[in-house]
Amino acid sequence: MHDAHASRAGETSVPLAASAVLVNKVGLHARPSVKLTQCAKGFAAKIELALAADGPWTDAKSPVKVMRVKAPQGATLHFRVAGPDGEAALAAMLALVHDGFGEA
Amino acid sequence: MNSSNARNVGIVIVSHSPKIAEGAADMVRQMVGNAVPLAWTGGDVDGGLGTNVAGILEAIETAWSPAGVAVLVDLGGAETNSEMAVEMLPEDRRARVVICNAPVVEGAVIAATESSGGSPLAAVKRSAEEFYA
Repeated sequence: MHDAHASRAGETSVPLAASAVLVNKVGLHARPSVKLTQCAKGFAAKIELALAADGPWTDAKSPVKVMRVKAPQGATLHFRVAGPDGEAALAAMLALVHDGFGEA
Repeated sequence: MNSSNARNVGIVIVSHSPKIAEGAADMVRQMVGNAVPLAWTGGDVDGGLGTNVAGILEAIETAWSPAGVAVLVDLGGAETNSEMAVEMLPEDRRARVVICNAPVVEGAVIAATESSGGSPLAAVKRSAEEFYA
């Protein structure tokens, strides 16, 4: 799951992508959405997520938009990240999802 | 990343019901954390359902931040009393308080989420108002 299809470039002009399965029971509901957007806002990189590898993409820094995705448990969350701190941002996003956002 | 930060935009919750205001504030604290100044007010001066300007002014004072304050209101009087409270603020503060056109509970959580990331007042307001977009 980690960096499943991460595309890497010398610089981070090419977006990085990876996916992870939502393990927490409630899926991407209110509380996890808040955590995800808070974490995303800590990075300069543009961070987007989607339920499919080809989108539609949602701005991971917008709590309202992230909640509207209504991703359920078991869904695969795809991330697309572009920016100077993109690698760290992507790692942080994947870690949050893998940890079930600190929930059971 | 965002430990208690008095420089983030403050959030004020104004409801006719003190229980709703307090409950919405609880949700903000639980879901978003302590990174934003937060205050709530509800009820009229006699303790009944309603809002009062003095209570709103006090809440704005409590949640004050140099980045400004976003106010979330429920119905009619909450909004007009909030507008009145804003008008009574010192002139230099007036421009840094906005009333959001957003549902009070959801708007408070989203506004606080936006603020906790260090976003400016306009972005906090915009994000809360996305609910009606």
